[in-house]
Order: sequence, then C-alpha cells, then structure tokens
Amino acid sequence: MPVMNIIQAVNDALRLQMRAEPKTVVLGEDVGKFGGVFRATSGLHEEFGAERVIDTPLAEAGIIGTAIGMALYGLRPVPEIQFSDFIYPAFDQIVNELAKFRYRSGGQYPCPVVIRTPVGGGIRGGHYHSQSPETLFIHTPGLKVVAPSNPYDTKGLLLSCLRQNDPVLFMEPKRIYRASKNEVPEGDYTLEIGKLNVVRPGTQVTLIAWSGMVSIAEEAAIKADAAGISVEVLDLRSLMPFDIVGILASVTKTGRVVIVHEAPRTCGFGAELIASIQERAMEHLEAPISRVCGFDTPFPYTLEHEYMPNADRVLGAIRQTLEW
Amino acid sequence: MVAVPAQDDLRRVLDDDGRVLPGARVPDVSDEYLRRIFDVMSLVRIMDDRMMRLQRQGRLGFYMKAIGEEASHFAVAPLRAGDWVYPSYREQGAWFWRGYTIKDFINQLFGNVADPVKGRQMPVHHSANWLNLVSISSPVGTQIPQAVGSAYAAKLMGKDDVSMVFFGEGTSSTGEFHVGMNFAGVWKAPCVFICRNNGWAISVPSQKQTAARTFASKAVGYGMPGIRVDGNDILAMLQVAGEAIDRARAGDGPTLIEALTYRVQGHSSSDDPSVYRDPKEPELWEKRDPLNRMRTYLRHRGLWNEAWERELTERYNQEITDALVAADHLGAPAIETMFDDVYEDIPWHLQEQKAWLLQQARTRSPHFHG
Repeated sequence: MPVMNIIQAVNDALRLQMRAEPKTVVLGEDVGKFGGVFRATSGLHEEFGAERVIDTPLAEAGIIGTAIGMALYGLRPVPEIQFSDFIYPAFDQIVNELAKFRYRSGGQYPCPVVIRTPVGGGIRGGHYHSQSPETLFIHTPGLKVVAPSNPYDTKGLLLSCLRQNDPVLFMEPKRIYRASKNEVPEGDYTLEIGKLNVVRPGTQVTLIAWSGMVSIAEEAAIKADAAGISVEVLDLRSLMPFDIVGILASVTKTGRVVIVHEAPRTCGFGAELIASIQERAMEHLEAPISRVCGFDTPFPYTLEHEYMPNADRVLGAIRQTLEW
Repeated sequence: MVAVPAQDDLRRVLDDDGRVLPGARVPDVSDEYLRRIFDVMSLVRIMDDRMMRLQRQGRLGFYMKAIGEEASHFAVAPLRAGDWVYPSYREQGAWFWRGYTIKDFINQLFGNVADPVKGRQMPVHHSANWLNLVSISSPVGTQIPQAVGSAYAAKLMGKDDVSMVFFGEGTSSTGEFHVGMNFAGVWKAPCVFICRNNGWAISVPSQKQTAARTFASKAVGYGMPGIRVDGNDILAMLQVAGEAIDRARAGDGPTLIEALTYRVQGHSSSDDPSVYRDPKEPELWEKRDPLNRMRTYLRHRGLWNEAWERELTERYNQEITDALVAADHLGAPAIETMFDDVYEDIPWHLQEQKAWLLQQARTRSPHFHG
C-alpha cells in the first residue's frame, strides 16, 4: 500500500472522483496549471483540462457564488478557498445561500458543493494564514463540516463528501499537509461522515480532538502513558454532524474528558461538546470537562507557538482532570 | 427628485403614448404572443392590487408591488423553457409568464401547506425548479454570481441554455454585482443581466448609487456590451432581451441591459415614499405606464378591445378570489416539516430536536394567516 501525505490524499481523491464522475469540476485561485498554492490540485489541469479545473478571477464570493449556480444547474463543483482566513468575502454566499438553498426552496434546489480549505496555524502565517473558523460553519444549519487529521481519513472522507448531496466545508490541516503520512489504499474507499475514530484506546481519560490537533493529542497521550495514565484519543473526523454515540461510549467508560482545539476558546466547538456530554452523561462524569484551546485573541505571528495548544499543555489538563 | 435620465442612447420602439416611433423596428413576434404578454402583464397589475389590499386588511404579512415596472419582467419572454432565470423580488411577470400559477403564488404568500417552499420564507420569496426559476433571496445581488455559475455550467456541459438574472440599480453597488459581471466577462458566460433601474432603492435615489452616467456603461469595465432600453416599452424590451439572449446562446458572451423604469409606489408594503420623494415625480412616470402603452399599441394593431380586457380582468379576479378561498382552508405545514430539507437526511441532533418539539404543548403561530 502506498504511503501518502495529506496533499497527495486530497489529490488522489479528486482525481479518482473526476475520473468516475464527469460532472465534478474544481475551481479556485491558482488551482489550474499551478496546481494550487499547496499543490493539492497538481496534475489535474493536465488530465482534465481547463474546463474542469478552473482558474477563477480572484474573488472568493465569486468562487462560491458561481459554484452554487453550477451545482444548481447539475455540476458537482469543488471550490478551493486558498486559506480559510480568506473565506469571509464568501461568508454570505456560504451561510445565507449555499447552506440554505435546499431548505428555503422547500427541498427543490439541493446544492451539493464541497468547499475545500486549509485551516490552522503553526506555519508562520500570522492572522491571515492561520485561523480555525470551524465554529462559524458548524453553527450554520444546512452545512456539514468535516475535518480530517491524516491522509487515510482525508481521502476516504473527501470521497464520501463528493458523493453525497449536502454542502460541505472540508477543512484540511495545512501545518501537517506534508508532515502527516500514512498508508492509503490506491483505489476507491469511503469513510462515513459523522463517525469518529478511536485513534488510541485508553481507560482513564477521554481526549477529544480533530484536524491538526489530533497529532498533538496523540503526543500527549504517549507522554501520559509513560507517566502511567491511560488516555483514549478520539479523532472526531466530522464536526457537523458529530458522533455523539462514539463520544458517549468513551466518556461513560473513562468519566473524564479533555477537549483540544486550536480555535479560540469562547464559543469554540469544545463548548458545544461539553454541553452535549454533560446533558447525556452527567452521572458518569468524575470531573469537570476541561479544554485546551487557542486564546480569545487574534491569531498572533511571532508568538504563534505560545498561542497554539501543545502536548505539555494537554498533559497538564489530563493530570488536572485526574486530580480533581 | 430623480433627474431626467439621459435619453440619447436609450433603445425605444414606442413613444410615451404607445405609438411606434418613426423609423423604429418592431420586433417580429406574433399577434398571439403579444396578446399573451398583455394578458400576463394585466395579471401582474391585478394581482399586485389585490394582494396589497389584502396586506392592508392585515391578512397578509408583507407584499411587494411592481406597478409601473411590469414590461421589464418580459425580458424572460424570448427565453426557452430550458433556460434559467434568477429573479430579484419584483418580477412577478417572469413567474407567471413561465407558468407559475395564481395558486402557487398565493400559497407562497400565505406560507401554507401547499406553498412550493413549504412555508419556509416570507411572502414573495418564490421558488420553482420545474420552471427553472431559482429561489428569490432577500440580500440583494447574491443571485448574480449564481446565475453566472449556471450559465457557465451549461457551457461546460455542452448545452446551449442561457441564464438570465434580474436586480435593481441599487444592487449595482454591491460586490456581488462586480464579482458576477467580472466572472461572466472573463468566462464569456451565456448570461443576460437585467438591471431594472427604477430610480429608487427603498429611499435612496439612483444618483446616490453611482457616479457613472448610466448603469449600462458599467458593462465596459467587464468587457461586455451594455444596452440601455426604455423598460416601460414592451417592444423595446423584447427586442433588446431577444438580441442579448441570441448573442449568449450563440456563444458570444454576456450582456448587461439597463431597463429604465420607475418604481411608482413604495418599495414594499412597509414603505412610505411620501417621506422621501416629491409626489409629483411618480405622476410624471404614470404617463409612461407600460401597460397603458402596450394597450395603445395593441389597439392600433387591432389586437385589443375593451371586452377582451374586461373578460381577462374578471377571469383573473375570479381566479384570485378562488385561490384565496382555497388558501384560507389550507393549514400550516405540519410541525415536523420544520426539520426537513436542512440536509438530505435528518441527522441525529435534528431528530432529537424534532422529537423534543413534538412533545411540547401546541401553540398556533400568530404569523400564520392561513
């Protein structure tokens, strides 16, 4: 089985789907001959031509707005937003239009657009190249939000997204685009949207993460293991819908929960997870659920590694929840 | 007061009284086609009058009239059924012309169980996929890049369908207008842009939207033709729209059409124009009323008589009355339908919320008039 990184997994999924489904088109800034600034669409222009791998004028509202019209007409557009920090000019098109087309038309106009966008910090990108805006979109009825953490999941989840009929925000962890590698089957396979993955089984603490934070959580779990603490690491994979059954299965076993996310703390998705868990599993909880998050500041440049959660901070939270 | 708009580059066929201007070319359309247009245009006038009265009686939450602007709606008339239309919120004629029924229209206004959008949106936000009429959106301009996307999709899929998009002159100030026009120009998308310049964006006159001499002139910056047409002149509208549609279908790219018209009454049932404009201004435009001009033209062509118009007026009034009575007897959509169509399938969290709602004591929505 070949070893791929996340960029290669995205590329492989797009290529497979474009071969299988002629209505699938890719559009965005620099996605054509150049293959995207992260090279995720590399080689697609050569194979499928300029009509299916479309270099658009430089305007996010136009990329998403036209993708919506393409989807309504019958294509399967896969727009790329170059950095998720640049998604806001398209916010109205995504939130009011794309996410609501099926609903506000009384089910007449499904709008299957899969927006791919890199997220997260740790690349010396500062405020405009580092954000993790998932909460804004999870809070938007009508959108699915999928956030893989590794190449295998990326390919299987992206193929699933491209074959269902709801709009999706597909967030790719750019810090580990190339650093994350694992075995990825060459052919076709899909992973179910809405199901988490138990990355590392454990018994004492449930550690919940997604996207670029899963590797941090694993690192913390290894350190905890060395200290004699058994941590179960859950990779949510999909944030909307999220796998409440899988979460509760772990929480009812461990009774202790730590949530890790890069996005700012207040109203971050961790808050919703805490609410959902305590509503359903209060009697199983041995300690307050704690969070290790980004701060409620804009994403800083020079101090980005002070801002971002790391394994030591997560380990600290694991110890605290055990000592409570 | 709105300054008298520049006339020099205005395409016209009829004068203000509905007579063919010397040297003007009359579009080559059949008598029957023109009578159908007059019929549908009359329906818009009748419907607007009835629905506004209903709104004033408190039986309808909201309404938007198109009085004085109806001819501009018939830019859709030269389209084929397979073409796509992205309307704004003031093109009732486009809906009726393409086959949206009086019942569909009234059921949507009432948000009842027979509403094509299942009571999900406030009045005048229609949607009809069986007619390739795309859902109306309140935020202005969002439909412009969407229409360009559909147009380009047709081109990519090797079909010769055209997309047409409507918006007001105020919308030309939005980013979406620029973005949509620019994408269309670059892509040579088979898209026709209809800018209904009705002089007013709620309370703001058109001169406060642009420093350009005309709205049509904006087309230059996007590498497409910009045509100004008397939007109250049905023959000029048909001619200009027909040319733009043919051009798009032939693969020659998009066109911007500025249809010069006038919003004779308020923006919506919630508006009061007496606060911000001279009441003499609408009077000037009433002399250019598109329905009167078309009537005069048809009379001269021997296609109109009083009995015919009386018959269609009575018929439409009766159909509207019947649809209102029927709508009154139709209930609200079932409560559980609130959770349908958010996604293709209902995910677990919405299933949970739905089950919770269904356990609650029932209340009747104070907004439901059905």
